[in-house]
Amino acid sequence: MFGYYLDLAIRSLRRNKVLTGLMVLAIAMGIGASMTTLTVLHVLSGDPLPGRSASLYYPQLDPRDMQAYTPGVEPPAQLTWTDGMYLLHAKRGTHQALMTGGMVPLQPAQSSIDPFHANARYTTADFFPMFGVPFQYGAAWGDAEDQASARVVVISAELNDKLFGGENSVGKTLRLQKADFRIIGVLGDWRPNPHFYDLYMGAYANYEQVYVPLSTSRALHMEHDGSTDCWGDGGGDQVHLETQPCTWLQFWVELDSPASVAAYKEFLEHYSADQRAAGRFVRPPNVRLRNVMQWLDANHVVPNDTRLQAWLALGFLVVCLVNTVGLMLAKFMRRAGELGVRRALGASRRTLFGQLLLESGVIGFVGGMLGLLLALLGLWLVRQQPSDYAKLAHMDAAMLLATFVISVAASTLAGLLPAWRACHVAPALQLKAQ
Amino acid sequence: MDIRPILFTLRRHKLTCFLLILQIAFTCAIVCNTIFLIGQRLDRMRTPSGVAEQELVYVQMAYIGDRPDANARAAEDVAALQSITGVKAATLINELPFDEGSNNMDVRTDPAQRMPSLSATQYFGDNLVQTLGLRIVEGRDLRPEEYMALSDVFTLLANKQYDKLPNTTLITRAMADRLWPGQDPLGKRFYVGQGIPFTVVGVIADLIRPGHDRLGLGAQYSTLWPVRVSLIDGAAFIIRCAPQDRDRVLRAAVDKLKALDPNRIVLGKGTIEQHRRDFFQTDRAMAGILVGVCLALLIVTALGIVGLASFWVSQRNRSIGVRRALGATRGNILHYFQTENFLLTSMGIALGMVLAYGINLFLIVHYELPRMPMVYFPVGAVLLWCLGQAAVLGPALRAAAVPPVVATRSV
Repeated sequence: MFGYYLDLAIRSLRRNKVLTGLMVLAIAMGIGASMTTLTVLHVLSGDPLPGRSASLYYPQLDPRDMQAYTPGVEPPAQLTWTDGMYLLHAKRGTHQALMTGGMVPLQPAQSSIDPFHANARYTTADFFPMFGVPFQYGAAWGDAEDQASARVVVISAELNDKLFGGENSVGKTLRLQKADFRIIGVLGDWRPNPHFYDLYMGAYANYEQVYVPLSTSRALHMEHDGSTDCWGDGGGDQVHLETQPCTWLQFWVELDSPASVAAYKEFLEHYSADQRAAGRFVRPPNVRLRNVMQWLDANHVVPNDTRLQAWLALGFLVVCLVNTVGLMLAKFMRRAGELGVRRALGASRRTLFGQLLLESGVIGFVGGMLGLLLALLGLWLVRQQPSDYAKLAHMDAAMLLATFVISVAASTLAGLLPAWRACHVAPALQLKAQ
Repeated sequence: MDIRPILFTLRRHKLTCFLLILQIAFTCAIVCNTIFLIGQRLDRMRTPSGVAEQELVYVQMAYIGDRPDANARAAEDVAALQSITGVKAATLINELPFDEGSNNMDVRTDPAQRMPSLSATQYFGDNLVQTLGLRIVEGRDLRPEEYMALSDVFTLLANKQYDKLPNTTLITRAMADRLWPGQDPLGKRFYVGQGIPFTVVGVIADLIRPGHDRLGLGAQYSTLWPVRVSLIDGAAFIIRCAPQDRDRVLRAAVDKLKALDPNRIVLGKGTIEQHRRDFFQTDRAMAGILVGVCLALLIVTALGIVGLASFWVSQRNRSIGVRRALGATRGNILHYFQTENFLLTSMGIALGMVLAYGINLFLIVHYELPRMPMVYFPVGAVLLWCLGQAAVLGPALRAAAVPPVVATRSV
């Protein structure tokens, strides 16, 4: 029977091409707009390190003075050098790393490439094992290199392609800030999105090209970039950041069990209280300990514009659906005569209902197909946009499936009311009117 | 025209009418809010900068490695730039208008004040008023003898010699009005950091602050300080010339700077006009998307009205014929459908106004948007009325064209 009803549905839809076209177009536009914005939202609010992110924590302390103090205020988003070094050396987590971002002048050996500013990460050794960073060649540095301010560098796959044509460059020399660095590792594909560990370098599509030990970067006065927040008489002087009342470092710690998280939070509070007793901190202990997703959430990483667009598109979809319900109702009621005859000839209400639903399902399927094309077009348009996340806007299998499910479900839902109304017409009345 | 027969007929199509009203209400609500959002974006893109946008070009550069004599080199670089033909003025500036990053400080009018009065940006650089083309509306410009290099400022700060710091500043009109409403700002003091005082010696009309995130916090809260900067402080060269000379001057400037010291990298260059366009491009893109959605919504709703009206016309073909046969003119029939549409649209608009208000409240709570001014409600209403009338015109004309003879046919 299904094949027959499908045939009937297609015949009926072809009979009134304009109305059918309107319905298909309305659904396609609604689905296209919604899926475009939902895909962008889905891509942007994803987990940067699936499987690991739940055990990575970001401690915050409040070392500021009493100016503008209110109890429970959000502590600074970064740490001072003193606090960061203390947490690092306390080694209370499985892994921990202190880091910040910067820009480094890079002078390629070959004269064909002009010197340029490389995007750099200055970090301590645990960055690589803690975040599970993949290596193509070589390996990361260890504590010994951190302590010795060794001139070693890990480079990204993209930089390795640019400078060394993708070959194994481990052991070669890289000139950074007029100093020679030995390449000890080349990364594999490492592009966590959002750029969760430092949100001040652009939250999306921002990848470091060189990784240098934090101690080395300070010894060579490498330029610090990103956010520097100072209070009191801190001027944010680049060379003396270690001693200034400024926060400019990110610290991540791996904590594998709820017990260790609770213990770490207690440790942070004790440290704050001790520092206050010693006179270094003046505010009452005010600490935060969030994991990756909580941290991203607290920082509203997904742009407001993107969320707003998603709401707008959903509103648009609702209008399109209401429109389709109205048109479908008109179409089904117009066939009241034909339906009356079928009822009189013995078709049950259920059969008619099923047949009409199938017809709306066909509209949904065609609308969904067209909507998918529109969504792909929409995503292409998004990729042409200037924002830093634009390049990430691609549809994945999950969203592809969701598009079809949503469109068929939406149009079937839209067909429910008209089908129910149409199969409740009294056959006698219709026959008489004819 | 008597509307009772129309209402009577509509009552026989309750469900369809309800759906149409619902659709118009949603459209009206979304369109009102979207137009409001578009207006906000356009307002933002029109923010005046106070600088001579058509006459400015910039070059961002960085040294490879340390440069201990950077201050002396800065003076040399600027002198070289000023010698280029067509250059009216040139200097180094710590941040450009329409930069993404920004340098900000908390300002207090009383050193004992717990919460700061406002946060403002700090522009450093020699001769900025003339180079940027700022307009001083009160007081005077900063004097050459008041200037100090940023590296010296850092040394004084580190040694806590606050009394030797520069202590004069220029502020914008908007900032003066906010700090001392209704008073003469000249000679007034504000305090920065640990209560370091600065005296206002002049007021400039407008000067936009950099940083997209800061525009909402007072787009014109800017200060000029008598502080000189060099490339190692992250400063950029800014050059003023006639609009038609910009490309040539920019090329000549980059060549000259490279020739003076090849040991540095050009990080960025361009015109301030382009810098402004880049700065607002997300707003422009968002405004474009909003306009697109608005149009799509109106088109879908218009098509919905056309579809339903056509259906009704064909359904009532016979009764129209009867009315015509009984003496109704074409105009009567036309007006009937137009009035019917007007009634439905009005009901939709009434419901839509309530919805629009609700959506606005939602946006206020979740997206920190301001309250929508009342003027947007009638705008949405008029738009929907016009749309409804335009959409129904076709089907209504077709209805009016139905000949009376239809009444005599059996089917």
